[in-house]
Amino acid sequence: MISLIPIVVALPLAGFLILGLFGSRMRSETVIGTLGSATVGISFAVASAIFVEMLGMDPIDRKQIVQLFTWISTTTDTPSSFSVPVAYQVDQLSILMTLIVTGVGFLIHVYSIGYMHGDKGFWRYFAYLNLFIFAMLNLVLSDNFLLMFLGWEGVGLCSYLLIGFWYEKKFTGDAAKKAFVVNRIGDFGFLLGMLLIFDRFGSLSFDTVFGSASVLSVGTPVLMWITLLLFVGAVGKSAQIPLYIWLPDAMAGPTPVSALIHAATMVTAGVYMVARCSILFALAPTTLEIVAIIGGLTAIFAASIGLVQNDIKKVLAYSTVSQLGYMFLAMGVAAFGAGIFHLMTHAFFKALLFLGSGAVIHAMHAEQDIQKMGGLKKYLPVTYWTFLLAAIAISGIPPFSGFFSKDEILWKTFSSPYGSVVLWGVAVLGAALTAFYMFRLVSLTFGGDERFGKHHHPHEAPKTMTIPLMVLAALSVIGGFVGIPPSLLGGNAIEHWLDPVFASANAKLGLGGHEIHAIEYVLMALSVGIAAAAIYASRTVYLKRHEIAEQLKNRYARFYNVLWNKYYVDEGIDKAIVNPTVLASESLLWKGFDVGIIDGVVNGSAKLMAVAAGWIRRMQTGVVQQYAVFFVGGIIAIIFWLVLN
Amino acid sequence: MLTENILTLTIFFPLLGFAVLLFVSRERASMIKLIGLITTLITFGLSLVLYFGFDDQAAGFQFQHQQVWIAGLNISYFVGIDGMALLLIVLTTFLTPLALLGTWESITHRIKEYTLMILLLEVGMIGVFAALDLFLFYVFWELILIPMYFIIGVWGGKDRIYAAVKFFLFTLFGSLLMLVAILALGYLASQYPGGQFTMNLLELYGIGPRLPAVLQGWLFAAFALSFAIKVPLFPFHTWLPDAHVQAPTAGSVILAGVLLKMGTYGFIRFCLPLFPTASVSFMPSISVLAIIGILYGALVAMVQTDIKKLVAYSSVSHLGFVVLGIFSMTEEGMQGAIIQMVNHGLSTGALFLIVGMIYDRAHTRMITDFGGVAKVMPVFATIFMIVSFSSIGLPGLNGFVGEFLILLGAFKSKFLNSYSYAAFSALGVILAAVYMLWSYQRVMLGPVREGGLYGGHTLSDLSVREIVTYVPIILFIVWIGVYPSTFLSKSAQTTKQVVRIMEDTQRGSKTGTAEVIERQTVRSSNQLIPEQ
Repeated sequence: MISLIPIVVALPLAGFLILGLFGSRMRSETVIGTLGSATVGISFAVASAIFVEMLGMDPIDRKQIVQLFTWISTTTDTPSSFSVPVAYQVDQLSILMTLIVTGVGFLIHVYSIGYMHGDKGFWRYFAYLNLFIFAMLNLVLSDNFLLMFLGWEGVGLCSYLLIGFWYEKKFTGDAAKKAFVVNRIGDFGFLLGMLLIFDRFGSLSFDTVFGSASVLSVGTPVLMWITLLLFVGAVGKSAQIPLYIWLPDAMAGPTPVSALIHAATMVTAGVYMVARCSILFALAPTTLEIVAIIGGLTAIFAASIGLVQNDIKKVLAYSTVSQLGYMFLAMGVAAFGAGIFHLMTHAFFKALLFLGSGAVIHAMHAEQDIQKMGGLKKYLPVTYWTFLLAAIAISGIPPFSGFFSKDEILWKTFSSPYGSVVLWGVAVLGAALTAFYMFRLVSLTFGGDERFGKHHHPHEAPKTMTIPLMVLAALSVIGGFVGIPPSLLGGNAIEHWLDPVFASANAKLGLGGHEIHAIEYVLMALSVGIAAAAIYASRTVYLKRHEIAEQLKNRYARFYNVLWNKYYVDEGIDKAIVNPTVLASESLLWKGFDVGIIDGVVNGSAKLMAVAAGWIRRMQTGVVQQYAVFFVGGIIAIIFWLVLN
Repeated sequence: MLTENILTLTIFFPLLGFAVLLFVSRERASMIKLIGLITTLITFGLSLVLYFGFDDQAAGFQFQHQQVWIAGLNISYFVGIDGMALLLIVLTTFLTPLALLGTWESITHRIKEYTLMILLLEVGMIGVFAALDLFLFYVFWELILIPMYFIIGVWGGKDRIYAAVKFFLFTLFGSLLMLVAILALGYLASQYPGGQFTMNLLELYGIGPRLPAVLQGWLFAAFALSFAIKVPLFPFHTWLPDAHVQAPTAGSVILAGVLLKMGTYGFIRFCLPLFPTASVSFMPSISVLAIIGILYGALVAMVQTDIKKLVAYSSVSHLGFVVLGIFSMTEEGMQGAIIQMVNHGLSTGALFLIVGMIYDRAHTRMITDFGGVAKVMPVFATIFMIVSFSSIGLPGLNGFVGEFLILLGAFKSKFLNSYSYAAFSALGVILAAVYMLWSYQRVMLGPVREGGLYGGHTLSDLSVREIVTYVPIILFIVWIGVYPSTFLSKSAQTTKQVVRIMEDTQRGSKTGTAEVIERQTVRSSNQLIPEQ
């Protein structure tokens, strides 16, 4: 079965090619939508079959590599030369990612049939979406860094295409370009990291590199550089400080795209990459520390911005940045399994939140300002209830999925030798902020009075949209049960499943299993209590006592403005980097150096020639007497010269 | 018989079309165009015979053909190709018919002379890549200047005369110094015991590396200057934007697609193997210039207002990568450089076609005159998008393969011996995304102009003929991106040999420094060539 993995990858590619080449001539949305969804759906089915088969295998046999062909190779005969294959590695981690990508991806494809109904770019949309799934599968299934990079940049391309999908609007083009360029800054790090890896290990294949690395000692400097460079890539792709700036703008794309690419799958690629390279990071404690700090900071930084935004998608975007911060926090404290667990549950509830917001936007005819909504509960019951479940899940209320994954991260942050109480405190603060802004969002959108005009007649979305919502809602509720910790009498199946992948990293770090401590219960109760209190406060303010929000806003106007303007980061970057670069390139390099100096020298010497020629030309007057003077003068000069010598 | 002459036939086949055209009345425009197209297509077919008859595994030059030309000076008509030459010849014969096809209706006056010039140009280009006699090489090298000068000067834009003269003088300046160096090299060969004046490259390969370091340095400098201008390497690049902007589309396509590669080809074919010691000592400075070119070209491209100039400056950036790859003197870097020459020919050739097609419609190239074109020209938008990402170096398309191998070579190079070369040049990868996507956005995205008018014209999407022009280019853009081995395997032997020479030289210079110094002292005492 595992040998069928190329089919899983190839199906979405086939979908892309068919839709890309012939889609414009397909008249029926049903055909296009069914084709686009079916390729991903069948991929999911095949991946599931592989997964089921793997469940029955001995853990050692679960990892297999399927080799397809040589991709880039400098020569054919010398073994030491550079050679990288197209090869897929199926193991516990990659199959889990494949299931998330194709599973959530399939649901979002189905949802899109309803959401994109009537759009003239319908075929184009599904072609891009299929291409995205293809690229993402390459990213997670690759057995080497280079093919992973292909997927990595490939998803970036699809992100670019889909953010700018409605290209006739000015801001979509800006947002798309910003996303690609900022990601490229990250990719620059990834690229250099790969170069350093190949220079040191002579290979880019995971097996070889991780095998050679595992005999090195903790703290080897080159590993610190490698992991830092790779992490730069992760920071770009997964929107962490300081490269998060593209993600909120990326909301310019269609909402299902935000759900799939900018919440559930692509943005988690950085987390996946760190997890995949866990052995490298485990050997670089300095990097781990940096990862944890960046993750923790991003978690509260983005959450704080989310507190005041009024665009329903912007709130969710900052929430995503924040949740990704949690995942990196987990990576940084070497809780790789917990991070991947949260990646999975987040894929469920965040995709659901975005799809729910899509249903709202759909119902409100493209209105995204939550201040102009309210009271939608009765018009959109399915959307409301599923959205609410997702909000509870992300807030970390038991027994919803988010509780288990977030709690695992919090506990590891506290207990891991790489964690600390400070980081734990940051994470709990982030959790409180999350619960608060999520219920602000729920309350303002669905609760309270109707603040939209009479011309709006909100209506529930069609079945193609509500069914994916319900499936994701179910997953958001029960998805955490695969990771119930021993302290709550669970087996933490997901972490055991992933254990072999992180075994060598954990061995290096000297991390054992999850032991039961009394303090764990205390912390658990504390974080749940804080989240519940935040929900209560939020509901009180935004459902009953609106004036509190206004008062706070006025009293702390300066602080509010900083949050409202997202800490002025975009403006700062424009002023400090973008504008000076453009200005210097134009006036100094181009008009100054190129046109001024180089061409000045060239044209100057040409002019000099012309002037000199002009002078010499004057000697040719045609007056014979003058020539005679030159002639005699020349003879005299020669005689003088001879005499003097 | 055929294998011996097939290369010669390929080189001179365009002359047959040239001869036929002389007898066609200038009124019959479409007939003239058709003859031009068919001639170049057959030439492409002939080059495919070379391609499929080529043995990847064999070292050295294949399809060799030698005929005495000027016996007294040991000058001969001597041609032959290795994998690198093969790839560049096929690139030439591939791009020439496409350049004609893509600009079928762009040229409206003196069509006959125009077609003649293109055919003559093709002879020169193939000849440059095939010549194994330095004198013959020089003849082909200079032959190219004449048709190119006329193409820019007669069929060019507003400032065509300035651009044509600038192009001519820049390149002539470089090549005259090269001529001196070629003659000096031939003469030096005769100074060895039993030696005689020769222009045979294969014999000179044995002479050049034995020359003392200082002498090598001068000869290298003369050759390198000529190549650097052609590439163009920063700061010798300022002829390029002018030439490109003024040249007609087909001229730009050929100029960027093939002519620039003559410079980088020259570095690998002549500079490195003939003067390895000098190459090693010049390497840091040339690599630095290459990196400046990568970043400088990209930054200046970013702020251009004329799309064509933007593409021209992007060439400076891309060719900087090629030069860096060559001077990394590693297998990866050089393989990357060779494939990147092909890549640049495909993607920048296509970009110039794109600019030409939009100029034919709107009669303007100013970025600010556009916006929202994707809406009115959807097929064009898709092609432009693919080519842009090829140029940006997206993995899965051709540009990435070259760029990555070059960076890898620069990174691990024992010669450069510093990570900073690769690190700085990799910044170019970010900038490429900036200038390509920004220009794409400003031209193609956003709302459609009022009334759908661009420069006062409405735009129609690509015709079938225009689409047909792009299909083969895009096919290769994807092919090289997905399965580059087809092409990398061709140039593997070339690379291996040059790298071996360079590595031997470095080893020699490390162990035998004292010896080299001694030799140099001998030379300075009024003796041109030391006894060996």
